[in-house]
Amino acid sequence: MIIFFRYIISFVLLISAQVVVLNNIQLSGFINPYVYILFILILPFNTPKWLTLIAGFLTGLTIDMFAHTPGMHASACVLMAFLRPYIQALLSGVRDYEADAQPMIQDMGLRWFFTYVSILTLSHHSLLFFVEVFHFRELFVTLSRILLSSAFTIILLLATQYFFYKPKKNIISGKI
Amino acid sequence: MHQIFNFIWKNYAFFLFIILQFICFTLIIQHNNYHRAAFINKTNDFFGQLTEQVDGVYNYFSLASVNRSLAKENALLREKQQDAFFIADRNFIIVEDTIYQQKYKYRTAKVINNSIHKRRNYITLNKGSQHGIKKDMGVISADGIIGIITGVSQNYATVMSVLNANTKISAKIKRLNHMGSLVWDGVDYRKASLNDIPLHVTLEKGDSIVTSGFSAIFPENIFIGTINNYSFKEADNFFTIEVDLGVDFNNLSYVYVIENLMRHEQQYLENQTLKE
Repeated sequence: MIIFFRYIISFVLLISAQVVVLNNIQLSGFINPYVYILFILILPFNTPKWLTLIAGFLTGLTIDMFAHTPGMHASACVLMAFLRPYIQALLSGVRDYEADAQPMIQDMGLRWFFTYVSILTLSHHSLLFFVEVFHFRELFVTLSRILLSSAFTIILLLATQYFFYKPKKNIISGKI
Repeated sequence: MHQIFNFIWKNYAFFLFIILQFICFTLIIQHNNYHRAAFINKTNDFFGQLTEQVDGVYNYFSLASVNRSLAKENALLREKQQDAFFIADRNFIIVEDTIYQQKYKYRTAKVINNSIHKRRNYITLNKGSQHGIKKDMGVISADGIIGIITGVSQNYATVMSVLNANTKISAKIKRLNHMGSLVWDGVDYRKASLNDIPLHVTLEKGDSIVTSGFSAIFPENIFIGTINNYSFKEADNFFTIEVDLGVDFNNLSYVYVIENLMRHEQQYLENQTLKE
């Protein structure tokens, strides 16, 4: 139950941060960070697939409401939610995870988290930006938008991990 | 059957993914103007060809009435020709000059798809960019105005008809020269309403409504319809006027696409003036 409320709070915080602050950042005209996708990234490992998909859809739709782009973010988020379990399985066998582990930096380590976040962010941004322009002319402009925005988003995502989450005390190995 | 259910159950995440993406793209295409236009333009060519084939068959059934309307129009044009006038006065001189410069160019086109029952109705024509049709040209028929070109592909064009909640046409009452805007309220395809006519004007049932010519899309004095009924509410400054449309939108075949050759000049000048 506590975990449920923690996710609700993080949902509200991430959405408001995205809408109030980040949607207004447009570095050199077309670099947009989309940090709200962190919500879908950090859902617990044992979240059922259908719940991940629905959560992704609703998260994207909420952002769409504020950005007046019905369907675009929702579509990108659903793709990300769909790929999530496969990427997790690819990066390491699902059984390796501890029972209460979450896909966050303090449980999984920097390298794992970085790869995980990069792949999913790229997939999200690719679909989002291609749907936004809706044609394949000016392919290089779109690709550079995708790459630059993804890089920016990934940096911000890693930064939030270091800002907001304290490293867990690991009693067995004695590390603090 | 059992195996099919099993298959769907095993891959339910994939099917849910497809369903959600379908919803997303429906939202995208319905609610984003640019995406809808791009989608319509891409599908226009395909569906245009398809409907043209179907329409070719239907055409045979309406040949009689089309012929009648064309013959009627031919007669009207013949009446206006110089030969039709008897010269009553011999006291005149013919002067060849350049006072008259062509302003409007007319192209004929055929309606190959049409709807009247939606909130936003569009018409498809069988001519496109290679016939010189461009966006924002006006479309009329012998009975009155039809709409404005909104999408053009190589061989087809879509027209936002008067029966569209987004259409607003600058109109005037022919007898009095008062200007208002004509909109469609989305219910009856034979009726539209004229707004912005102030209360001090004395209206009569049966007054003709024509285009004002201010929009640089339609020439002046093209017939739209006649006043069927008018009323006003207390504390309101404008009449509510019900207009009987001249065109029967349920029965369209040949239309004219109007190009205003001086439109760019007029708009350029107007924009320049606004900027200053």
